Amino acid sequence: MKITLTVDDQTIQTQDNSSVLSACHSAGIYIPHLCWLETDAPADAPAACRLCFVEIDGFREPVAACAVTVENGMTVNTGTVAVRSLQKTALKLLLSVHRVDCKPCPANRACQLQNIAKFLGAGLGCKPFERVLKEPEVDVRHPVLDYYPNRCVLCGICVRICRQQHQQTWLSFAGRGFNTVVGYFDADPDAAADCLSCRACLEYCPTGALVQRLADDDR
Amino acid sequence: MPLPLSAEDRAHLEILQKQIDVSPKGRGRLIPLLQLAQKALGYLPDEALSLVADHLAVTRSEVYGVASFYNQFRFNPPGKNPVKVCMGTACHVRGGEIILENFERKLEIREGETTDDREFSIERVACVGCCALAPVALVGETLHGHMAPSKVEGLVLRVRLEKEKAQREAAKS
Repeated sequence: MKITLTVDDQTIQTQDNSSVLSACHSAGIYIPHLCWLETDAPADAPAACRLCFVEIDGFREPVAACAVTVENGMTVNTGTVAVRSLQKTALKLLLSVHRVDCKPCPANRACQLQNIAKFLGAGLGCKPFERVLKEPEVDVRHPVLDYYPNRCVLCGICVRICRQQHQQTWLSFAGRGFNTVVGYFDADPDAAADCLSCRACLEYCPTGALVQRLADDDR
Repeated sequence: MPLPLSAEDRAHLEILQKQIDVSPKGRGRLIPLLQLAQKALGYLPDEALSLVADHLAVTRSEVYGVASFYNQFRFNPPGKNPVKVCMGTACHVRGGEIILENFERKLEIREGETTDDREFSIERVACVGCCALAPVALVGETLHGHMAPSKVEGLVLRVRLEKEKAQREAAKS
């Protein structure tokens, strides 16, 4: 069933079971987001990046647009002061565990963090939060991919897309808290031999944290 | 680098394999199986993770992901003399961090790891319950209060000497 809602004084139509984020996305209204996949129903959305906040009439506080199902006659505001302030703080927290060294990064100019910072008119600094980086800089446990923990924002998209494509996931979160990483922890190199024919995780990674390993002489 | 399996570990793995073979399947059994494996071996080597992963038909990455979340699971064998350095509030204030660092430097392993001869492993623990003696460290079952960096070397040496003495006496008889 089609329903109608108002987003930033614009009237849009959408399917009744979609999320507010998905409705806005289809209507061409941009809401910053990192951890959401277009196929996510409101109930599956991880709502982990805390970037897609919007204000909806009838809700006391800003809510994550990816996790709220649309209702007929909803009035949504995507750019209020409270929303922008939450988004800027969330971005700073993400940047506080991110090595901002864009020039050598393969995601430079295609990076979602850069895009979102630009959209919000915020820099790539993380003040007043302390920058906390991980060691080592590169994790080479995967047979054909390199993982850069200090580029990763732990959105979990690679883990989820891998599970969607293969019914089981070769990538997984490991550790806890500031030490959390995404990684590959199988010792069997054959298990990941097909990874380069799939490449879903590489394509979906918003920051260039997962990259194809180059031969030693190409580095 | 993970330590190679000992002969004892291999025997334990075989027993574990039999126990796992008769266990029920399903994702919900993951943590109970990991607990079973750790009970059998004292830690979770890659081989044990593989047994669990194969039984439940999930990838080992996923098994490792779950296991690494919990402090309960360890990936290095416990040493014969586990060194536990207290990081409770009182010990923290009196420099527990420095004591830990000294043990790490002396034994040339990091916290959570085990020496190649499996004599020592280092762990950080929360309060041991004798804050008046802060900073506190346990070596094996023995508690050492009022720890100082200068005491670390002596403690490690004492354990090693006692081991040599025991070996000499065993050789004599």
